[in-house]
Amino acid sequence: MTTEYLAEAESKSPRKKLAILPSVVIRFAGDSGDGMQLAGMQFSDTSAHLGNDISTFPDYPSEIRAPAGTIAGVSGYQIQFSSSDIFTPGDDVDALVAMNPAALKSNIKSVKLGGMVIVNENAFVPAELKKAGYDANPLDDNSLQPYRVIRVPIDTLNALAVRTVGLFPRQVDMCKNFFGLGLVYWLYDRPLTSTLVYIQRKFGIKNPQMAQADELALKAGYNYGETAELFAEQYHVPKANLPKGTYRKITGNEALVLGLVTAAHLAGKQLVYPSYPITPATEVLHDLTALKHFRVVTFQAEDEICAMGAAIGAAYGGALAVTGTSGPGLALKTEAINLAVMTELPVVIIDVQRGGPSTGLPTKTEQSDLFQAMFGRNGESPVPIIAAVSPTDCFDAAIEACRIAIQYMTPVLLLSDGYVGNSAEPWKTPCIAMMPRIDVHHPTEPLTGPFKPYERNEALVRPWAIPGTAGYEHRIGGLEKQDVIGAVSYEPANHETMVQLRAAKVAGIKPAGPSYFWTGDNTGDVLLIGWGGTYGALKVATMKLQKEGLRVSACQLRYLNPLPEDLAERMSHFAKIIVAELNLGQLALLLRAKYLVDAQILSKVQGQPFTVSELVRRVKQMLASDAAARRPAAAETPKDPIHVVERKVQTLPRVRGDYCSAADV
Amino acid sequence: MSATQTMPLPLKPADFASSAEVRWCPGCGGYSVLANVRRVLARLGYDRSKTVFVSGIGCSSRFPYYMNTFGFHSIHGRAATIASGLKLARPDLSVWIITGDGDALSIGGNHLLHLLRRNVDVKVLLFNNRIYGLTKGQYSPTSEQGKITKSSPDGTLEDPIRPISIAIGAEASFAARTIDGDAKHLEYVLERAAHHVGTAFVEIYQNCVIFNDGAFDYINGRDVRAENTLYLEHGKPLIFGKERDKGIRLNGLNHEIVPVASVDPSQLLHHDEKAREPSLAFLLSRMRYPEFPEPMGVFRAIDRPVYNQVVHRQIDAAVARRGLGDVQDLITGAETWNVG
Repeated sequence: MTTEYLAEAESKSPRKKLAILPSVVIRFAGDSGDGMQLAGMQFSDTSAHLGNDISTFPDYPSEIRAPAGTIAGVSGYQIQFSSSDIFTPGDDVDALVAMNPAALKSNIKSVKLGGMVIVNENAFVPAELKKAGYDANPLDDNSLQPYRVIRVPIDTLNALAVRTVGLFPRQVDMCKNFFGLGLVYWLYDRPLTSTLVYIQRKFGIKNPQMAQADELALKAGYNYGETAELFAEQYHVPKANLPKGTYRKITGNEALVLGLVTAAHLAGKQLVYPSYPITPATEVLHDLTALKHFRVVTFQAEDEICAMGAAIGAAYGGALAVTGTSGPGLALKTEAINLAVMTELPVVIIDVQRGGPSTGLPTKTEQSDLFQAMFGRNGESPVPIIAAVSPTDCFDAAIEACRIAIQYMTPVLLLSDGYVGNSAEPWKTPCIAMMPRIDVHHPTEPLTGPFKPYERNEALVRPWAIPGTAGYEHRIGGLEKQDVIGAVSYEPANHETMVQLRAAKVAGIKPAGPSYFWTGDNTGDVLLIGWGGTYGALKVATMKLQKEGLRVSACQLRYLNPLPEDLAERMSHFAKIIVAELNLGQLALLLRAKYLVDAQILSKVQGQPFTVSELVRRVKQMLASDAAARRPAAAETPKDPIHVVERKVQTLPRVRGDYCSAADV
Repeated sequence: MSATQTMPLPLKPADFASSAEVRWCPGCGGYSVLANVRRVLARLGYDRSKTVFVSGIGCSSRFPYYMNTFGFHSIHGRAATIASGLKLARPDLSVWIITGDGDALSIGGNHLLHLLRRNVDVKVLLFNNRIYGLTKGQYSPTSEQGKITKSSPDGTLEDPIRPISIAIGAEASFAARTIDGDAKHLEYVLERAAHHVGTAFVEIYQNCVIFNDGAFDYINGRDVRAENTLYLEHGKPLIFGKERDKGIRLNGLNHEIVPVASVDPSQLLHHDEKAREPSLAFLLSRMRYPEFPEPMGVFRAIDRPVYNQVVHRQIDAAVARRGLGDVQDLITGAETWNVG
């Protein structure tokens, strides 16, 4: 542990010292069948219940069971738990639990120098080493010298611990994650209570034998830490000073579910959620279908297109209609989303983004669907876009998206991502009695003439007249409609009017919640702009840069269409604008186009979230190269403007070096 | 409704006509379908405000504009998806899908299969003119093999889809066929469909006067109709012909035409639209002109669970079992801890 000690105390065990740490990052890594996600979730639950702030990052392969023991099959779960507010799952790992050589190989890079590596030494046998691509056993060749390696024969100890239960070998194997978890619980001074309750709830009745074995393995792991002479000390991370209230742990996808159900409640509407399974959005469908007693209607459609069509049908009928998907699914929904644009019906489309293009990286995170959300439709097709900035913000963002959809009679795109969707953090649960209702108006007043489906209010919003309302019979559809009247119209001037009206309506949307989150002063040298799920990393990186004396502020956009009204003004108080995003610069291009601002791109497209340290490093690099560019280059000063152009052309980066001949260089 | 209010007068077919001008080509078979739908809805006492026509894209899909009910002219092939969502949200509405051979069987084929197997309580009126009309004359999935069209100048190479075979293969609880030129039969079939609970699939042979004129002359021609069609009646033997002198008999697994006079009536196939197994209905759907008379009428009409009903039954059962959910409790969750 590189973190400074805050205090030292004697633990219950007289032989072990208890060191107090402000914050720790641990990662469980093993084969995708090893139960690492479960171990990680249990550790985060326990830590959250103890009062730590937590942030988690599950990272798993898209194959359900990739070949055992290979790098492709490694599943990891990282947790930062802290005695103060945290915003990310942490960059570098203080302690890694590696259940096999592949897990060690693919995760060792993330461990801090001097950090702890707990390995299941039973798995470091020639066959496993070979599958992981090791020529020599890393436990014996000094390659792990920079780390504190703790060798534990987890397989053997686990088998001994559960031998009295009489399980099959495969079942015995299934307990070893609990042995590892028990050991880590001891190391970090966590009680077993919460996990014991979980085991009883999960297996107690269904499979008492398995429950008994898991309990034995968990306790054996804990006791092994206590009795074996492996660790010089135990560590304790005190409670965080979080605001008073009732808390629970929640992931982004879980928060979306609660947000949608709450929005339906606030609007007095039935929630209809048609969807087609797709990683990483599927959990939303799973969780909503378990809420039938809230009168939630879920519908597993035959494809993404049907899911969108059914949402439109439900919205037309007067329900709160929401569909969820990821990038490839959004592509399939495109045509139908445009139908909702044309018919001006309230539908929320959730895109839990993943790595693309095409099938891409199903279980990895990315922010590369911004252009698709913004422009991925034929015609002039404005759609409001809201991006959730954190797991807990998914709750508020879901309500906001539903509110905007209904209030403005428009489809709304709600962007989340694989990282936000799967990560967990503590959530101070809100009181719904304090939340403003979502006003819904279905006209029913007697009419003197035919109903006018495209007559708009002051916010340019058309009425939501629903079937079953006598006198309001009308026809809508994908063909261009006559302004006010709603009859099919091909009249040139009318089309332009309608295009302008649809654009003006979306441009005029007034957010009910924040349209961005700000960190730092209102003026400075650098404004770091991000959007959606990179909020935590950008905020912490900004605070670090500020501590180093740099005048950096950060603006995390939550509304991407329309962009915040005061964004141009906000940007004008900074000498340099850097846009950090997990794509090749999509928001940067939007900002450059809309505001003629020299926004620089800080991009990452690796299927992984930003780490704080890389943001800090790269912002400083960008500032340093600015400074270098400002230094006069005496010998090469161009004499005339034409010379300048030639010089610029020559210094263009050779991205495609493969077709540069020697003559080119 | 209170007793002091006067009952509204029953609606006439004209009350179901919207003010929009019907823009199908003069002589289009669509006019006959439109008139008969209006007539059936009026006679059955439909409430205009609780009736929704949902269509896709194509000539037939303009239909909703011509009905003074609620209407949704959607996108190509997707009417079934919108109708499914609507019926899930609003089981109280009567939902009719208007589609064509391209819309339902080509671009929207997948949705049709799933609509039928789920048995969503909607009517499907498939206008089959065996051609793409709106895009001006390309072959459709029901065009006969070898057909010369703008997109098949040397003749189509594809075996056409038989819509009723597809419907029965997809577990349709109701499948029927009728034709634009036989108003009485059209009205009868529409009425049967209107009464069916579950997906009522109706294939309507419809003449396209511009791009495929005369495609159904072998049925619409009064002099040949009796020879080339077989009108299905539940429980009755399969007999056809002007003199009703020909019947259908099963020979092994194949069907054949036999002179009625030469066989014992018990040897003839008898129609059973309520048969649990769809084998007979499927066999009938394979009978195609000119080798066989084409069956007209109701191929299959069975009761089976209706998707929108069972969805809401599951929801009601969950509410009965667990009590109506409390949103605040859900938000707070089961595993919480307090700070401060």
